[in-house]
Amino acid sequence: MARLGETPSQTVGPFFSIGLSGEGENVLVSDGVAGDRIRLVGRVLDGDGRPVGDALIELWQANSLGRYRHPDDARGELPLDPAFTGFGRAATGFETGEYWFETIKPGPVPDPEGELQAPHLNLIVQARGTLNPLFTRVYFPDEEEANQSDLVLAMVPKDRRETLVAVPEGGEPAVYRFDIHLQGEGQTVFLDI
Amino acid sequence: MTEPMVRHYGPKAHTDHPPFNYPDYRSTVLRFPNKDMVSIVQTLSETTGPGPAWTEIAEEDADLTTNAGTGGTALGQRIIVTGRVLDENGEPVANTLIEIWQANASGRYAHWRDEDHPAPLDPNFLGAGQCITDGEGVYRFTTIVPGPYPWPNHRNAWRPSHIHFSIMGPALGTRLVTQMYFEGDPLLPLDPIYNSAPPHSRERMVASYDHDVTEENWATGYRWDIVIRGPLAAPTDQEDG
Ligand SMILES: [Fe+2]
Repeated sequence: MARLGETPSQTVGPFFSIGLSGEGENVLVSDGVAGDRIRLVGRVLDGDGRPVGDALIELWQANSLGRYRHPDDARGELPLDPAFTGFGRAATGFETGEYWFETIKPGPVPDPEGELQAPHLNLIVQARGTLNPLFTRVYFPDEEEANQSDLVLAMVPKDRRETLVAVPEGGEPAVYRFDIHLQGEGQTVFLDI
Repeated sequence: MTEPMVRHYGPKAHTDHPPFNYPDYRSTVLRFPNKDMVSIVQTLSETTGPGPAWTEIAEEDADLTTNAGTGGTALGQRIIVTGRVLDENGEPVANTLIEIWQANASGRYAHWRDEDHPAPLDPNFLGAGQCITDGEGVYRFTTIVPGPYPWPNHRNAWRPSHIHFSIMGPALGTRLVTQMYFEGDPLLPLDPIYNSAPPHSRERMVASYDHDVTEENWATGYRWDIVIRGPLAAPTDQEDG
């Protein structure tokens, strides 16, 4: 059968929160969740370094054992955690461009060569003014060794890798900052997946 | 440790989609990435995605004319919008979440930022709905025709009537947010967002009037199919080269 043409992407526009962002969806955990709790915070910034106050960030991640809540991740030896959804959404603050998630640090996930990837979060970024979804990954600064051998990070030009590594801000639970630069010198690496 | 058997996806058909940089839509100017995308291998992080599990959490809420919960009915021309979600192989995308949002019949969103357009709100209309595709990939909403609305992109700019659609699909890379437009709308040729999609693909966003969908003494009907990325081949249990 001939391939069907894809329906074109369009911007989420400024009013997506009517349809897409329910309260509490930036909290992926509930009581008793397994793993180390973390808080991911950051700002979305435009090419002038100004906050993007109408961005939608979607977070997809594995649980503390490295298992995804998905039928194609059938590794039954790594149980799912009923206290962890694995998916969240956050809208940036209109004035600040800030977003935050309450989640856990994910466990490592295998790569296609059978090695373990460094722990990472997967983000989809969309905003008024973006016509296609932007995919990126958040790596952890305290996983230097794993980051060194990560198959995906190795595909990113060396001088841009640090845009994918969160900045530790201390705290309990641990806070990691991941600012997303849509454009410019320090533009975040976006992935063609 | 080896990776379990998973489906892989064909590359995104970038030429079917708008460019990131489309200056006629002014908001892209400071928001398009100006450095190259980095192509990566698909790992379990990319071949999985939130779609399948999210349907267990989401509630179906497919009638926008009544879901404000006021006991009243939204004003405007009642319509049924239905169609199928297919992947690029022509296979139905079953059991996936579709979320929509739209302006009311006067062209006003029930959103605090939509305050410049002097058009009335409708207390019986929230402008949001969601449903989950059935086994054949079919979705179906009841709503009202959204009004066109002005926006500050250029002088006398008006968005054509449109409904925003969000589709999760089976994997991270199948995520699609788009807009559905209406056949014959005179504002379409003037709209930079609609025209940001290439000429060969933009009409895929236009719903057609369908008299078979229209229900007597109730609502007119529109049909619109959606195509998202699909797997390269079905997963198999055996290594068959
Ligand atoms: Fe809109």
